[in-house]
Amino acid sequence: MTQDTWSLGGHTFTSRFILGSGKYSLDLIRAAVEHAGAQIVTLALRRANSETDSILDHIPAGVTLLPNTSGARNAEEAVRIARLARECGCGDFVKIEIMRDSKYLLPDNFETIRATEILAKEGFVVMPYMYPDLNVARDLVNAGAACVMPLGAPIGSNKGLATREFLRILIDEIELPVIVDAGIGRPSQACEAMEMGAAAVMANTAIATAGDVPQMAEAFRHAVEAGRLAYRSGLGRVLEHGAAASSPLTGFLQD
Amino acid sequence: MIQVNGELLPAAATVQELLDRQGWRADRVAVEKNGEIVRRGDFSATALHDGDRLEIVRFVGGG
Repeated sequence: MTQDTWSLGGHTFTSRFILGSGKYSLDLIRAAVEHAGAQIVTLALRRANSETDSILDHIPAGVTLLPNTSGARNAEEAVRIARLARECGCGDFVKIEIMRDSKYLLPDNFETIRATEILAKEGFVVMPYMYPDLNVARDLVNAGAACVMPLGAPIGSNKGLATREFLRILIDEIELPVIVDAGIGRPSQACEAMEMGAAAVMANTAIATAGDVPQMAEAFRHAVEAGRLAYRSGLGRVLEHGAAASSPLTGFLQD
Repeated sequence: MIQVNGELLPAAATVQELLDRQGWRADRVAVEKNGEIVRRGDFSATALHDGDRLEIVRFVGGG
């Protein structure tokens, strides 16, 4: 089988598992990234405070950093955060995350399109977190996004692919990588997203809240790889009715 | 006095001096002064004045 790579903004990746870095103690981050085999790790930007230990010192070298714009409530705030993140000197990637509501943390698709347009023009590799709506996904493509990142379920809920049917539509219709982000709580759910043809999945809470963080990161890595391999293989068909024997129907002993 | 991340602090001569005083590494932060980004290469040359408002940010874990 030919090597299975994918690209974002001119960068090529072999791992299809993007790891979030929130909610871990800093000393677990490196092991989580390594066990996940992740080549892209998300970060957030916050005011400097009295803590001097930097998360950047806990992420293995060579990993692509993906700052998010969490905390932004509109396009302007997201653009401001993205520009500051780029000044930190870790590249041009940005995950746009714009929320107006703190209960469900649902992305504001309209503001996300606006921010995508501005940041793509400024040369960012824009990865917009979005509610899976086909029209919005098309607008994001036209605005210059590098991919789309539809949610599976509300952030941090570990509820899995609640939006399954709409993710499928995006995967079928959008040419850019579709990365299922948010809500994936189990390796089996990550695997299912990959079987459906997602380009990659992202998870954070599922791993950060697991009993054994590095081991769960590894479980996700295997699940993502298995799902991808299944997608590339072409899943076997489903019978709507009845059964179909796997063993020959001739040569029975009683014949 | 200057305002740093919403807090009033005694002024420092330059952005770099402020970072040093706070124990923040220049290569780990981004700085906005009165709404404009200050480039890392300009930290030492950027003077601070009474009433300046600074936002100094750094990466933390996030999803």
